[in-house]
Amino acid sequence: MKPRILALGDGALTLEFGDRIDRALNAKVMAARDALAAMKLEGISDVVPTYRSLTVHFDPLLLDREALTAQLLQAAQAPPGKSALATRWNIPVVFGGEFGPDLAEVAHTTGRSEAAVIEALCATELRVFLIGFLPGFPYLGELPDWLRLPRRTTPRTAVPANSLAIAGAQAAVYPWASPGGWHLLGRTPVRLFDLADAARPALLAPGDTLRFAPVSRAEFECLAADVAAGKIGPKDWQAA
Amino acid sequence: MIEILECRMPASFQDVGRPGYRHLGVPLSGALDVEWLAIANTLAGNPSGAVALEVHLLGPSLRATAPVTIALAGEFSARIQDAAGQWREACNWRSHALAAEEILVTGALRSRIGYLAIHGGFDVPAVLGSRSTYARAGLGGINGRALQAGDCLEVGAGAPAIQQRLPQPPRPASGPLRILPGPQREYFTDAAWTHLINDEFTVSREADRMGLRLDGPRLEHDPAFGADIVSDAVTPGVIQVPGDGRPIVLLADCQTVGGYPKIATVVGADLPRLAHAGPGHTLRFVEVSIEEALAVRRRAAAALADCIARIVPDAAELDFDALYGANLVDGVIDARQSN
Repeated sequence: MKPRILALGDGALTLEFGDRIDRALNAKVMAARDALAAMKLEGISDVVPTYRSLTVHFDPLLLDREALTAQLLQAAQAPPGKSALATRWNIPVVFGGEFGPDLAEVAHTTGRSEAAVIEALCATELRVFLIGFLPGFPYLGELPDWLRLPRRTTPRTAVPANSLAIAGAQAAVYPWASPGGWHLLGRTPVRLFDLADAARPALLAPGDTLRFAPVSRAEFECLAADVAAGKIGPKDWQAA
Repeated sequence: MIEILECRMPASFQDVGRPGYRHLGVPLSGALDVEWLAIANTLAGNPSGAVALEVHLLGPSLRATAPVTIALAGEFSARIQDAAGQWREACNWRSHALAAEEILVTGALRSRIGYLAIHGGFDVPAVLGSRSTYARAGLGGINGRALQAGDCLEVGAGAPAIQQRLPQPPRPASGPLRILPGPQREYFTDAAWTHLINDEFTVSREADRMGLRLDGPRLEHDPAFGADIVSDAVTPGVIQVPGDGRPIVLLADCQTVGGYPKIATVVGADLPRLAHAGPGHTLRFVEVSIEEALAVRRRAAAALADCIARIVPDAAELDFDALYGANLVDGVIDARQSN
């Protein structure tokens, strides 16, 4: 599929690379985002990368739509590579028990042990495809084939904040308490959205990569206390 | 300071929104009708994009603990009670001085929504560059929540305001809402498109600052494409259609991305009109070209500037309504210049 430009009203254009969840497509999206950022155009308010498209919200009275269309198609040609804007993260998670009430069921459904589920998830380098749904909410992928389960038939009315959840090929961490229908495997002490850093209130950005690292309940509680006290912060979760 | 005495319907602080964070999942938010927000603020002597109270259906009652100037944009039925218990009417589309201990009761809104601005602005903190309330994530306003009785609000500093009025309130636009097709027009049958531009839709009871779900003919997806897409970006004005074929028009608090195909998008210039569409309102749509959408946007910006330029100091000796009744529109502009 050739990249194409779609109208999202008169104040936004979407550069579409494809219609699937695909790491290669997403890498092109991120390359186009970086190329567009380098053009430093006036009149753009937001640039929103998704799995497979890049949307530019702009003021059409300040920025010529035809010119922007040409610039977006030019940005679409940027070769995918290692984004200078991408960060690698290590996110500690306490699995199972009260923190991951669906771990046992996921293990049972997939025919593996709880330890095997945790090991497979933590061995997978996940890509941040998209931030959406809620402020700071990351759509992460992709999970090993055998770990891909349909959503729960009955969504929970309240998923606790900081829960790690999976559904289909995707994983996510809830930055806020929210209703949700994904399978809850664990909880992280990491704050996914923190207004203390106005320059980057969301920890993760589209194009970043991350791994989950299992911690014990005691370690989780210690880390959570240090986060609450401000002793550790975003930089401490970056991979070496 | 202002003390909220009563607030029975949702009211929230809104400015022009929180652009620049949609890639992090933070919605734009902001006033549903940014034109009325600008009028309310100008009447109050504020910059047009300052934070004001967006009121839905039924306005709050509030007490001034010190002299303040407030302004009303919208069709409120408002009254002011002085310290001696005497009532006076608070007309719409003008500013009003409240003495200490005076009480403003704003009552029911004939215009469904309205804006209450205060000279100096409400002193709520800016969060990510905006004071707009986004309740779902607790951002902006008063700890990200709706206004409540008992809230006490500081008012920003500023020179004493002069009283001002807008002699001719903005006329509500009529006619169908203008739409541009797409971005997923191809996901729908031609019959669905014909329904969209020919038939009437009614706003259902599922209507809030995130969007309006419409009743009317079902908009069928082309079976070759289906009713799901891999999520991509949405924006206020988008008409998305889930599998049940019932369209949802998104508004200021909409999420940043969505997984439903988007048959069309209401043009930017018509977004303020959507702000006034509540349950039971009927809506029609008409397709326009991008050139027309941009021309309408330019005209709307010029009309707003023109409207704001007609705001005049409130001179008690001049009866502007009478002048307007006599069709002496130019005379009013002269009166302003001679003031």
